[in-house]
Amino acid sequence: MSTEAKPVPPQAQKRRERGAGSGDGQGANAQQENKAPDFGATTPEERRALLKSMLLQRRFEERCAEAYALGKIGGFCHLYIGQEAISTGTLSMIRPDDYVITAYRDHGQALARGVSPRSIMAELFGRDTGCSGGKGGSMHIFDKETNFLGGHGIVGAHVPVAAGVGFAIKYRRGNQLCVCFFGEAAVNIGAFHEALNLASLWDLPVIFVIENNRYGMGTAISRSTANEDVVVRAQGYRMVGESIDGQDVFAVRDAIGRAAERARKEKRPTLLEMRTYRFMGHSMSDAVSGTYRSKEELEENMKRDPILLLHNRMHEAGELTEGELHKIDDEAKAISQDAWDYADASPEPPLEKLYTDILVDTSS
Amino acid sequence: MAVVTYREALTQALREELQRDDRVFLMGEEVAQYNGAYKVSKGLLDEFGPMRIVDTPITELGFAGVGVGAAMVGLRPIVEFMTWNFALLALDQVVNAAAKMLYMSGGQYNMPMVFRGPNGSALQLSAQHSQAWESWLAHIPGLKVCTPGTPADAKGLLKAAIRDDNPVVFLEGEMLYNTKGEVPEGEHVVPIGVAELKHEGDHCSIITHGKMVLVAMKVADELAKEGITLDVVDLRTVRPIDVEAIAQSVQKTNRAVVLEEGWEICGMGSQVVDFIQRECFDDLDAPVLRVHQEDVPMPYAKNLERAAKPDAAKTIAAVKKVLYLD
Repeated sequence: MSTEAKPVPPQAQKRRERGAGSGDGQGANAQQENKAPDFGATTPEERRALLKSMLLQRRFEERCAEAYALGKIGGFCHLYIGQEAISTGTLSMIRPDDYVITAYRDHGQALARGVSPRSIMAELFGRDTGCSGGKGGSMHIFDKETNFLGGHGIVGAHVPVAAGVGFAIKYRRGNQLCVCFFGEAAVNIGAFHEALNLASLWDLPVIFVIENNRYGMGTAISRSTANEDVVVRAQGYRMVGESIDGQDVFAVRDAIGRAAERARKEKRPTLLEMRTYRFMGHSMSDAVSGTYRSKEELEENMKRDPILLLHNRMHEAGELTEGELHKIDDEAKAISQDAWDYADASPEPPLEKLYTDILVDTSS
Repeated sequence: MAVVTYREALTQALREELQRDDRVFLMGEEVAQYNGAYKVSKGLLDEFGPMRIVDTPITELGFAGVGVGAAMVGLRPIVEFMTWNFALLALDQVVNAAAKMLYMSGGQYNMPMVFRGPNGSALQLSAQHSQAWESWLAHIPGLKVCTPGTPADAKGLLKAAIRDDNPVVFLEGEMLYNTKGEVPEGEHVVPIGVAELKHEGDHCSIITHGKMVLVAMKVADELAKEGITLDVVDLRTVRPIDVEAIAQSVQKTNRAVVLEEGWEICGMGSQVVDFIQRECFDDLDAPVLRVHQEDVPMPYAKNLERAAKPDAAKTIAAVKKVLYLD
């Protein structure tokens, strides 16, 4: 895989405060850039857990690509590789009783939320033991146990659904929150605007996370969005907006911490832009580079691999030996292999399940 | 039994179900302070407060999505569209989210919610505000679709819809709100998916639903004067459809006219005729005919509008044709 670990050159290190868009000046557009503390308030154990979470997503999805090539995974399959600091950083800062909802690039977030790798891989393989019973597939990972409200396949459509979850929290006078992930291309769709207006108007505890990987499928943000500084859209809805380096897991955690406090204490929503870059194509049928982005641009951005950035910082601080890194990495590979084996050995859904789960049986 | 309007019957159902279950709430444009664009929610804000009777901005896609999200985590939303014509902006939430959530989550997330509002043509509202949407919505697995034609069914079906653990589309007749009928007080629940034989006769069956039930009843009265007696089968629910009730009637009369407010192509009648040819092929003495809106957008001018709509005269002509009387 092209995503295997490579050393990070020092010039990329220097740019880490500027965000993912180092190649095109995008990082300079940040409205309220918050300089991330080096390690945030994390302990060495927590940092190892962050690295572990991110590496698991990476290794798991490398196997997804392999399974897709072998025809074990079908349909649309959108990989998250390159964006793992956002899922891990965000979901390490919220509570188990909070809610998470996302779009179709959902494997990484599900893993970071703690959905079982076995049940995710089985879902991708279209098996009965999948988290959605083999009926959802890659774009529809759902897990009630972890309040993971799905993978949704229509760009932006789940953003008002997140506002509805926030509404229910308010209705019950709870102090949970809902995190809603979506790509930067969703900021041009009506549902996004309707949801932000309602969330602010009604004081709903929702954190809206724009994962700005700069391409809506094959269309660069500069070709789709009149104002590329997407976080300014928060102002139109009287909402706090922040732009964050989404490749820096500590910067992500820091911003989510502030947004979570705002949601729980002030009952106010927040719009966060996490600047990132996807290292793979839009989906498995899309070339990694060559059509709408250059190989040079890709390589430049891959220097800011969020896993390498975290690893290097821990290494510099003298708290992660090569042996420890390999142990974590081997574990991630083993979990991914176990998920593959489990999925591969699982039965397909029995045909009688074609007609189950359409409606709840209300005949009794 | 008390005689009340279709509107008041709906208000009773809302009030009783809001009292019965505090997870139930109503949201939509003008439902609270304004008492409802069609006054269906009159008095409910005073009784239940702004957290349960929720005024929304004009943002159909947004508040339909809010309903979906709230239902996913256990509330029981009633989403009111000021009319179903405006609901088109929100159909993604109805079709792609609410209807499919249970299936694509492998049975984990059911959607106990109601999408309701006036449907069908009114008077001189022209093309964008006068149309019947049931065939669009009945097409979708994962939804239930109710089309009450009388005050009693409006109340009983709405109570059933609110109690249902599935997403229910509830199409009220815009021209029915002022119609009156006997409505049982208190606990009156009409099961979803069960048709009712509203008029009994021997010569021909009219299969219909919603506002057209009134037209069919008028036709039955008119033709009785000529010695022609009709079964009027009111489907009441167009998903699921009570195929057994249709078959029972057609097997008795051997002739059928299917009457609906919507357009011809892929209309509800297409499906009903398909059921009839499958279930009653050997019973039929004549081809089944359909009466529906003319295949044009609704015009504004009174005479053109009249010509576009299905009515008693067109239905009588169709009945006479299947009886070979014309």
